[in-house]
Amino acid sequence: MMTAADQGLMVCRTCGALCRRVRSTLQTRCPRCFGAARFRKRDSIGRTWAFLIAALILYIPANVLPVTETRTVFGAQQDTIMSGVVLFWTTGSPFIAAVVFAASVMIPIVKGIALALLTITAQRRSRWRPQQRAKLYRLIERIGRWSMLDVFVVAIVVALVHIRSIATIYAGPGAAAFGAVVVLTMLASKSFDPRLIWDPVETSHDFGKSR
Amino acid sequence: MNAGCVAHCTRCGAELFRSRTFHIDTVLALTLGSLMVFVIANAFPIVTLEMKGARNGSTLFGAIVTLCREGRPIISGLVSATTILFPLTELMIRLYLFIPLRQGRLPARFHFFARVMQTIRPWGMIEVFLLGVLVSLVKLSSTASILPGVALWAFAALTLLLAAILMFDPRHLWDLAEELAGSPA
Repeated sequence: MMTAADQGLMVCRTCGALCRRVRSTLQTRCPRCFGAARFRKRDSIGRTWAFLIAALILYIPANVLPVTETRTVFGAQQDTIMSGVVLFWTTGSPFIAAVVFAASVMIPIVKGIALALLTITAQRRSRWRPQQRAKLYRLIERIGRWSMLDVFVVAIVVALVHIRSIATIYAGPGAAAFGAVVVLTMLASKSFDPRLIWDPVETSHDFGKSR
Repeated sequence: MNAGCVAHCTRCGAELFRSRTFHIDTVLALTLGSLMVFVIANAFPIVTLEMKGARNGSTLFGAIVTLCREGRPIISGLVSATTILFPLTELMIRLYLFIPLRQGRLPARFHFFARVMQTIRPWGMIEVFLLGVLVSLVKLSSTASILPGVALWAFAALTLLLAAILMFDPRHLWDLAEELAGSPA
């Protein structure tokens, strides 16, 4: 298949204008929006790994530390993300338990594994199922934001349950760590360049290594 | 390409281009509507909690202030950025760009503002926040009585309005600007 890159053409990622490469450089100014237009995102693989590893490190405190602390006249209780899901399940809201489980447990794990897979295969210039990998990338780009759900739940619950002498809920350190994980995985998926999936399929060029 | 048609990449299946199905007036009207609903959503309490005679309602801003006061600046900042700062900035920029464009003028620093708008777009999370409110309501409904406020409905309406605005591909904005500038690509 003949590609635009073979012809020295690329699409500006900001405004969609077709840009022509200036001789040997891989980067040029878009003639329409004056932004930098590149054949491939800069340091895509390195940046994706950096954000992904940072997210993985913060994933531990996000799950171990409490996200909320409830203080009532009967005593204090600390909840992590997982114990919150279990609480929904045992108090008769299996549907909500499933929604929260999907958003706060499943999506971050699936997204992390999928991004790692995409980055490794792109790095090794694999030709394995490029179409499925492209679809996988589009999927994780779309679902990532929903992980923020738990952070919002904490914010609302903390603001509402603030009745002195009866019950007060405080935000725990786990919530901030979890929010950071979500932001980092979003940055990681934005750093990844899905065009790298297709480079090994067309053997004529190699943009992954050069900038 | 005919109106309402979508072009997909023949290799990976990604959507490449969606022809202009929206008139600029429609997008401008939706933006103005969103801004009004946004004000309502932030001015009134989202829900009021009643527990053993004591009542406590909270607006979105109230929730952010509470978090900040309790020494949780990170969550407070995250929530305020994704639910107030980014969506509001995006809507304001839209207004700033669309009003002159509709009158056939190119707004000053068009390139800068159009690019900022596209960059912050994925970070506005009103729809996720709405789901968060609903989950919180279920969470608290077992221990206290919940009175949904005006802002809850406003957030629901805002989610729908923003989804409608998102159907307008920002690349059309550049096409419009280019037509006005009259310069060949």
